Amino acid sequence: MSRRILIAGASMGGLRAAERLRASGFMGEIVAVGDEIHMPYNRPPLSKEALAAEVTHEAVAFRLRPAVADVTWRLGVPIASADLDAGAVRLADGAELAYDGLVVATGMRPRRLPTPGPARGRHVVRTLDDARALRGDLGPGARVLVVGAGFIGCEVAATARLLGADVTVVAPEAVPMRRPLGDDLGAALQRRHERHGVRFLLGRTVSAFLGADRVAGAELSDGTRLDADVVVEAVGSASNTEWLDGNGLDLSDGVLCDNALRVEGRAGVVAVGDVARFPNPRYDGVARRVEHWSIPTDTAKRAAVTLLADLALGAADPAPFAPLPTFWSDQYDLRIQSFGAPALGADDIRVLDGDLDGEVVVGYHDGGALVGVVLIGLPSAVARYRAELMRAPAAA
Amino acid sequence: MKVVVDMDVCKDHGQCVFSAPEVFQINENGRLVYVAESDESLRDAVEEAADVCPLQAITIED
Ligand SMILES: Cc1cc2nc3c(=O)[nH]c(=O)nc-3n(C[C@H](O)[C@H](O)[C@H](O)COP(=O)(O)OP(=O)(O)OC[C@H]3O[C@@H](n4cnc5c(N)ncnc54)[C@H](O)[C@@H]3O)c2cc1C
Ligand code: SF4
Repeated sequence: MSRRILIAGASMGGLRAAERLRASGFMGEIVAVGDEIHMPYNRPPLSKEALAAEVTHEAVAFRLRPAVADVTWRLGVPIASADLDAGAVRLADGAELAYDGLVVATGMRPRRLPTPGPARGRHVVRTLDDARALRGDLGPGARVLVVGAGFIGCEVAATARLLGADVTVVAPEAVPMRRPLGDDLGAALQRRHERHGVRFLLGRTVSAFLGADRVAGAELSDGTRLDADVVVEAVGSASNTEWLDGNGLDLSDGVLCDNALRVEGRAGVVAVGDVARFPNPRYDGVARRVEHWSIPTDTAKRAAVTLLADLALGAADPAPFAPLPTFWSDQYDLRIQSFGAPALGADDIRVLDGDLDGEVVVGYHDGGALVGVVLIGLPSAVARYRAELMRAPAAA
Repeated sequence: MKVVVDMDVCKDHGQCVFSAPEVFQINENGRLVYVAESDESLRDAVEEAADVCPLQAITIED
């Protein structure tokens, strides 16, 4: 009898899961349900080149391989709830779908600021529609307030500057991108942004948005008031797991999985992408979510094998799943690349090559061992440091 | 198997090189060079390279 695998979430993780299920020999039915109306597309350009140019689905859509031509896509309708014991989900339009295997790929959504004030003119950047709405408000002379100094906030700041906007970044931390990169590299990147004309007001938060029916400015925690036509809230993300409530899962931070991406204690249910919290034996074995673009591809590959083994349609892979996290960010003409887990080596950061205000390689160490590398430029050095990280799993 | 990289889109990330070093290389100038007519036995590796290209610049035209 033909079996059905249901993929919850029709973005990168969902697409990669469908591809890997087919590549691993699954011939049954695949149904992917997604609450966005769009076929899977690539998010990173939404804060970078696509935001700077024109935000169209065509510009960011993933190509569909022939192998996934027969996947059924149910788009524009969220899954409202799941009954894992019964093996069924209920969609928001009331439809029920039974499955033999389930792939959780519902990713994240942006956190919103609880700050009082008008809602119009306030944006987030996660979806194509978000980026399109923001693009419409950006332009020469627009006064843009970016709240949050992480990667997405800094990328949007850079893109808005390239579009001729007047840009201010407000964030509670002392230097931008501090948590992943550390103080020195964060400060060096701040200097580059400042050279491009971005203003940083750090060590403070927004206490109120000003304006009548549309944002006209903000008041900060230190009393500063500033004018703004556009606000971008880039203050982190929350997991889309509410639809799994009531199944006894650990949903405290994404979906807790074992090292094979099986949702804890549930045969036939796996998770992929941003929402999967899994232990990586390359590091300390603590289960973590990793919001890097490389992760949907890596996790889908293993999760497909695990799921098919659970369904007795294939053999399990006994090797430990130990992906090397890989991340990049483009800001102005800077290419920032991160390999490994810099955050785990935050107490011992060294410049390995180059200098902080030019092209640089920064190493992050734990117990003296290299656990993460961040490069700005220096493409010729990537292979060497990546190989070093691949070779040396920090035996915890 | 015919491999095409849209060189207007490619930003020389070099991610493809780790998946299929037989097909993709970064030259001394930091630019991508690749073998357009590659052996069929490399299809899996090239598909993986296409997956991991941040700019989604790689296509396989059978
Ligand atoms: C603006 C931006 C820039 C980025 N830039 C970079 C970068 O430069 N480098 C990098 O490494 N990473 C970057 N990332 C991160 C990267 O894009 C993510 O890691 C990746 O998109 C994760 O894919 P995913 O499929 O796991 O989750 P998502 O892409 O979040 O997909 C989840 C999908 O599930 C849907 N969904 C949610 N709930 C339900 C439900 N109940 N029912 C049905 N569907 C549901 C969502 O609508 C969404 O379509 C960026 C992300 C963003 C937003
Ligand atoms: S990964 Fe993509 S962008 Fe990078 S060098 Fe290869 S083709 Fe070019």
